[in-house]
Amino acid sequence: MRTAGLVAGGVALALLAQGAAAEVTKVQEKGLKPYEIVDGHTIPKPLTDKPGDPKRGAKLVVTRKKGNCLACHKIQQLNDFPFHGNIGPELTDVASNLTEGEMRLRLVNPKVVNPDTIMPAFYRTEGLHRVMKKFQGKPVLTDQEIEDIIAFLKTLKASQ
Amino acid sequence: MFRKRYRMGGIALSALGTLVMAGVFTLGAGGASACEECKGKYEVDGKKSGYLYSTPATQAIQDDDFTNPGFLWVERGRQLWAKKEGEANKSCKDCHGEPEKLRGVFPTYPKFDPKTKKLINIEQRINRCRTEQMKAKAWKWESDELLSMTTLVGYVSRGMPVNVKVDGPAKPFFEKGKAFYFQRRGQLDMACKHCHIDFPGQYIRADLLSEGRAGGAFPLYRLKWQKLGSLHRRFRGCNKQVRAKPYKAGSDEYVNLELYVKWRSNGLPVEVPAVRR
Repeated sequence: MRTAGLVAGGVALALLAQGAAAEVTKVQEKGLKPYEIVDGHTIPKPLTDKPGDPKRGAKLVVTRKKGNCLACHKIQQLNDFPFHGNIGPELTDVASNLTEGEMRLRLVNPKVVNPDTIMPAFYRTEGLHRVMKKFQGKPVLTDQEIEDIIAFLKTLKASQ
Repeated sequence: MFRKRYRMGGIALSALGTLVMAGVFTLGAGGASACEECKGKYEVDGKKSGYLYSTPATQAIQDDDFTNPGFLWVERGRQLWAKKEGEANKSCKDCHGEPEKLRGVFPTYPKFDPKTKKLINIEQRINRCRTEQMKAKAWKWESDELLSMTTLVGYVSRGMPVNVKVDGPAKPFFEKGKAFYFQRRGQLDMACKHCHIDFPGQYIRADLLSEGRAGGAFPLYRLKWQKLGSLHRRFRGCNKQVRAKPYKAGSDEYVNLELYVKWRSNGLPVEVPAVRR
C-alpha cells in the first residue's frame, strides 16, 4: 500500500522567518525527513545529524545505480573512472562556486532552481508520474547518502 | 531452425564480425551494398538520423548489406510472405504480389484508421491482414514473425522519406503523442524531450544522445540486444531507464508516441533494417 502514501500529499509552507527577511519554505514529503529551503536557493541545514563521509560520497557519485553524477558531470578528480558525461556543468571546482546549502538543494530538488532541468530530484517521493513499482515511495538517494555526496563535493576545488 | 541461426549470428557478431558475414552469405541476402538512396540523406532540413550519432564501426555494419545482421529478418520476411496460412489458405503474395509492390506504404504509418477511430501502425496493419484476409492468428508483438514481416515491409521502402500525416483525424492522437514526449515520468522524472531535444550530441556517461528521430530506422538491429527489435521495445527500454512503468508494446499510448516520433523524422530516409549500438 505504498501508493496510498502518495495520496496524502506533501506539506509545503512558505512563511517568513522571524526577524530576518529570509523566506523559508518547509517541505515534508511522504516517508522523507522535513527540510527547509531558504530564499529559494539553499538548504543550509543537513538532513542528518551524522556528518557526511566524503569517501562514501565519492563512491555514490560513481555508482551507476546510485548518484551516478558522472552520467552528466565531468569531475577531473575522478578521472580513474571512465566515461564522464557532459550535459551538466563540470563539478571539478564546484566547492569554489556553490555553498554546501546550495549543493544540498540541487541534490534534493534541482527543479526549485530550474523547473525545466533534466536533473532528477534525488530526495523526492511525491509529484512524480508512473514510477515503477519497486521505486514507488522511495527517493533515489537516502538522506545520509545525500550528506555523504555533499561531503565529497565540498572537497572539489580545482588545483591552482 | 531460424531462431537458432539468428542466435548464432548474434553470438558470432559479438565475437567475430567475419563469422556473421559468412552466415549472411549462406542465406543469400539480396542487394549488393548499402542504401545508395540514403547516402547523403541522413541529414535533412537540419534533422539528423541516429545514423549520424553512431560510431563509424556501427555505421559500417549497417552500410554493407552483407554484414548487416538485420537482413536475416528481411530474408525470413520474404519466406513468410509466400507462405499460405489461416482458414483462407492465403499468403501475402496472393493479394499483393511481390513485397516490392508495397514500396511507399511503410513511410506513411501510423495513420488514422476509420474502422477503429484511432491510429493503426504498421505491425497492427500486418496483423489485420492476417486476421481479416487470411483468417489466421495475429502474430505476437516482438515475435520473430512479426519483426520479420515488419522489417521486410520497411525494407522495400528503403531510401524513401518518412511521411506521416498529423493533421485531420490524426491530429488529436498526434497531440497525445506529443504530450507523452514532454511528460516527465519515473523516479528519475525525465521526459523524452530532456534527452532528445535538449541534449542531442552530448554524452550521458558513455552514450552519445541522438535527436530521437527514429522513424526511418526501426525495426533495427541493436548491438546491445544482439537482435533486431521494434520501436516500441525501444520505448519500453527508455521508460524503464528513467524508472517509469512502461506501457505495453502496441498500446494506444505507444502508437500515439510513435506518430509523434515519426513526425519528428518526416523527410529522413527509411533505413530499415538500420543498425545501432
